[in-house]
Amino acid sequence: MKRTDAFNSGLSENDITDESVFLNRRQLLRQLGFIGAGGLLASTSGHASAGLLDLLGITDTPAESGFSTEPLSFAAADRSPGQVLTTEDKVTGYNNFYEFGTDKADPRRHAQDMQVKPWTLTVGGEVNQPLTLDYDDLFRFELEERIYRLRCVEAWSMVIPWVGFPLAALLKRADPNSDARYVAFETLHDPENMAGQRNRFAGGGLDYPYVEGLRIDEAMHPLTLVAVGLYGKTLPPQNGAPVRLLVPWKYGFKSIKSVVSIRLVKEQPPTSWNLAAPREYGFYANVNPQVDHPRWSQASERRITRGGLGSDERIPTQLFNGYAEQVAHLYKDMDLKRAF
Amino acid sequence: MRFKALQLLVHGLSLGWLGWVYYLGFSDQLGGDPVEAIIHYTGKGALHLLMLTLLVAPLSRWLKQPRLMRLRRPLGLYSALWAVAHVSNYLTFDLQFDWRLIASELVQRPYIVVGLTALLILLVLAVTSLPKLVRKLGRRWRTLHSGIYLALVLVCVHFWWSVKGFELEPLIYGLVALVLLSLKRRPLWRLAERAQKARPPMVK
Ligand code: HEM
Repeated sequence: MKRTDAFNSGLSENDITDESVFLNRRQLLRQLGFIGAGGLLASTSGHASAGLLDLLGITDTPAESGFSTEPLSFAAADRSPGQVLTTEDKVTGYNNFYEFGTDKADPRRHAQDMQVKPWTLTVGGEVNQPLTLDYDDLFRFELEERIYRLRCVEAWSMVIPWVGFPLAALLKRADPNSDARYVAFETLHDPENMAGQRNRFAGGGLDYPYVEGLRIDEAMHPLTLVAVGLYGKTLPPQNGAPVRLLVPWKYGFKSIKSVVSIRLVKEQPPTSWNLAAPREYGFYANVNPQVDHPRWSQASERRITRGGLGSDERIPTQLFNGYAEQVAHLYKDMDLKRAF
Repeated sequence: MRFKALQLLVHGLSLGWLGWVYYLGFSDQLGGDPVEAIIHYTGKGALHLLMLTLLVAPLSRWLKQPRLMRLRRPLGLYSALWAVAHVSNYLTFDLQFDWRLIASELVQRPYIVVGLTALLILLVLAVTSLPKLVRKLGRRWRTLHSGIYLALVLVCVHFWWSVKGFELEPLIYGLVALVLLSLKRRPLWRLAERAQKARPPMVK
């Protein structure tokens, strides 16, 4: 428990939407007449009219999941009162996983048939001890829960309880040699089951397989997590089953999903969004309120927690997504505006 | 009688649908992020209505149903209404009236500037579609209201620029817009010609 607490320490009460604040905002909105009786009724009515809505293309019904997640055992993170996590429904229903389509409701809709058993994750390249892990191996590490803020480059964020283990634990087993200066990651390539990889339009114009990379010191940092679970259960496909990366001080696209290959390399590896639009997405992609995306401001973000219209708050974005204390030293001699 | 029903349908759908989407939004039935959903939904709705507006004249010609032309004004006005809703959603739920952010976004982001230009055009057209002003403007009304084609092109550019990667959807809308432009009976270049003629002859 102690250990997990240390990792979660970046998350103070101010950083997460306080439930009472949330309730007050709702009250205010109601007084303003924003939330009518409908808003109150709806919490019970649920998805009753989903059939019609689907027809109109407005809502996404939670998938009659063909995919089943399994409960995990792990060292639980401390959940101090007042911490408002993003609801599981929102975490699993609003995803950027272009392999399954560019709309954020697409992954939950289209990924349910994904096969994760068997799975093979290889660790190779500049290592003394190349590894091949199968599905069960992924869960043999000492699992712990980490509550991380996830800041998307699109200026929204969530607070999510992941389950996983530090990437460093995996890399140490592979024993990187002295030429290992970067780490390159690759997502599953399965065009038959991933429409986005099959069709250039469905996949948002990215080249597949999706690739990402970190500098070795970033990869070995104790905050860098290999996640195998979410909300206490194995990952659903739309969140990157069965194994994904999490680099909480970087924009979400660095946290590559459904990883099949990790290679230690000498040179800075290519990364998907950087290849697609080098002016807009850099290799580092550290969360930084001072460095705007060419098409929108990164100074603040909308924190998605729970509830309908009018329940999110726009909050200032913090340097390194609030993890500066832990990671700023990695970049101390760098111009973050140029190495964005 | 059937025409009355059609008119009612236009009003009912344009208003009812908008209300319905807000109901879903406030009751958290618009997916993981109702804010983005409603911004996109109303943006696209405005574009759909804009396209429908432009389809009215060619349709009434083909079907030889001049009465249909009476739907053009309400459709155009509803397009403007949905566009106002779209922008209000963005300002209220996304930027949450952070004025500094709003100002910097409006000025710095090309796709927002393009959207704003389109919105202003739609608003000018909405106001000048008051019967009184239509009469007053006479011939100039026609020229002014050709601005709707400019708005259409701008909205398509706005859409194209607003997506993160490379997507099919804005392309399809762009193609539909081209088709609508080609359906115009009096091509736009004719208007330009006429404007040229109206100018006093140049003296060398
Ligand atoms: C001041 C004016 C406007 C502003 C500030 C604005 C803002 C926005 C924003 C923030 C988005 C979403 C971008 C994203 O999610 O990344 C968007 C998309 C869009 N807007 Fe606008 N907009 C404006 C005017 C208009 C007008 C006048 C129309 C149509 C008549 C329009 C139609 C659209 C469409 C079709 C989309 C794409 C929706 C989608 O991706 O599904 N916008 N706009």
